Amino acid sequence: MSAAAKLAPAAIADRGEIEDFLAHEAALLDEARYDEWLGLFTADAWYWVPAQLGQRDPYETISLMYDDRRLLETRVRRLMQGLLHAQTPRSATSRQVTNVAIVEQQPDAALVRSKFVVVEYRRDTQRLFAGTYFHRLVRAEGALKIASKRVDLVNCEAELEGLVVPF
Amino acid sequence: MSKHSTQTLAQLVQPDRVHRTLYTDPAIFALEMERIFERTWIYVGHESQVRNPGDFVATRIGTKPVLLTRHGDGRIHVLHNQCAHRGAQVVADASGNAQEFRCCYHGWSYHTDGRIKNIPLRHGYSQRLDVNDPKLAMVQVPRVQSYRGFVFASLVADGPSLADFLGYIATSLDDMVDRAPDGEIEVAGGSFKHVYHGNWKLYLENLLDVAHPLFVHQSSIEAAKVQDDSVPSDGSGEIAIRQMRQNGASYGFFESQVGIWAYPNGHGYMGDYHDDAKLVAAMNDPVFREYREALEVKKGAAEAKRILEVKRWNTNIYPNVSFMSQFQQFRVVHPIAVDKTVVYTYQFRLKGAPDRIFRHAIAFANVVNGTGSLVLTDDLETYNRIGTGMGSAGAEWIQIGRGLDTDVPDAHHGRRGKNSTSEIYLRNMYDAWLGYMTKGGRGLAAAAE
Repeated sequence: MSAAAKLAPAAIADRGEIEDFLAHEAALLDEARYDEWLGLFTADAWYWVPAQLGQRDPYETISLMYDDRRLLETRVRRLMQGLLHAQTPRSATSRQVTNVAIVEQQPDAALVRSKFVVVEYRRDTQRLFAGTYFHRLVRAEGALKIASKRVDLVNCEAELEGLVVPF
Repeated sequence: MSKHSTQTLAQLVQPDRVHRTLYTDPAIFALEMERIFERTWIYVGHESQVRNPGDFVATRIGTKPVLLTRHGDGRIHVLHNQCAHRGAQVVADASGNAQEFRCCYHGWSYHTDGRIKNIPLRHGYSQRLDVNDPKLAMVQVPRVQSYRGFVFASLVADGPSLADFLGYIATSLDDMVDRAPDGEIEVAGGSFKHVYHGNWKLYLENLLDVAHPLFVHQSSIEAAKVQDDSVPSDGSGEIAIRQMRQNGASYGFFESQVGIWAYPNGHGYMGDYHDDAKLVAAMNDPVFREYREALEVKKGAAEAKRILEVKRWNTNIYPNVSFMSQFQQFRVVHPIAVDKTVVYTYQFRLKGAPDRIFRHAIAFANVVNGTGSLVLTDDLETYNRIGTGMGSAGAEWIQIGRGLDTDVPDAHHGRRGKNSTSEIYLRNMYDAWLGYMTKGGRGLAAAAE
């Protein structure tokens, strides 16, 4: 048993499993395995990229992306379409997820904060995105699942070109 | 001296086609800034953004940085954001509230109407330095006028009034405001800022283009069509998916049901293309029903009915605004260079309407204006491809002739397409362009009549 698990016996997962999970999620996105990425989310999950630093909610303020489960499914289906102008040609990405911290523990869920860097290359241009992830993880049928994912980009208030590949 | 004379400029715009250089030549872009953006009425913000004395918002007139401010006496001003001393940008924040504006360099300070407040070490200057000289200031833009809360400014002292400039298209601004039960709207909920590598005109052109959704938005249309509606949604996704599906209406529908109208000075609007119960005056939607009741209480049943029967989708006020009333969306175009444009988008809260109506506006903004939207990203890609395509040495002329022989007059000194896909809105913007670029902005209204 790991030290983290001893300290927090009610945890749904230890740090090692959570870090592996986040690395796996990043790999699925880098490899454009979007349907498998969608499979990591719970049936009523949401995915959120605020448009303002410290944004309180996705209802009173616009968001770069705010998908309830229904829209997330549509987003993923669009990403997997053969004909997608905004991804012709496709992007290549490389992600790093670090500084993983379990900030809140409940018997059935954990709120995990991590730092990320996403490098996106497409059509002669390389873009760099960085920020903080907040994953709310739960365990369902033995596996970790994402109940919600918030992505705080450091440049969320900047003038930006289109954002198509999820963070 | 520009390499373009009024004669050569006039040759670049023909009834059914325009020359590619209008989108690619930096010299033409420079002339457009001078003869269009630095001459006519440019939208600079909404009064609700500067509600209190000292409030300010940074924006641009063409490529010139300016501030919209509310002075202590309640009056609104537009100031050049430049220190009169050594030229530094005075206000670096995008918005805020200030007692005074103070330059970071040597501390010259200004009142919120632009007049000099204090010059440190002033005794070192000769008596010739006149602090009452309006040009020794954060210089005021000479003309600022509002129409129902929408503030426009012009960098020249003389010219048509704002009312004359707007003409009949003012009714679309009325439509924005009339929908508020309390008769007032306010900017709220943040702003998207998107960049594309193409000319500023492309954005306005696309916003009235009824023929593009089926092609540009194919990916989101196809993805939305097969979405299972029993999957959980908190309402946000539902609105987005309905909008995407509506973009997939048949060509026959787009061709015959929407409508496209064009008015003097380059303005125009497209009709409503939604038969979706959630997206228009939707009598079956409980939130909309509650809103309609609030409107009826404040305005009376007959006036509420009249207001809700106005069915316009996007309206353009040439050369820097495109907006739509039904979800309170407002987009402002900022030309940066001949091949670079930034668009800021806003939404309005209808005062006196149920809170959920504003949530609908937010959800709708995310899908039609969002930098990460499933819809807008394909538009941005298209602008970029036009920018790239026009850099080639291919076809010299851009075709704008669809509907040319079948357009018909409109009762309000405008014209409309017989079919909704008429490119009349393009020809109309180029009528205005020609007037500004070759006739000093004169004769536009006459030409359209």
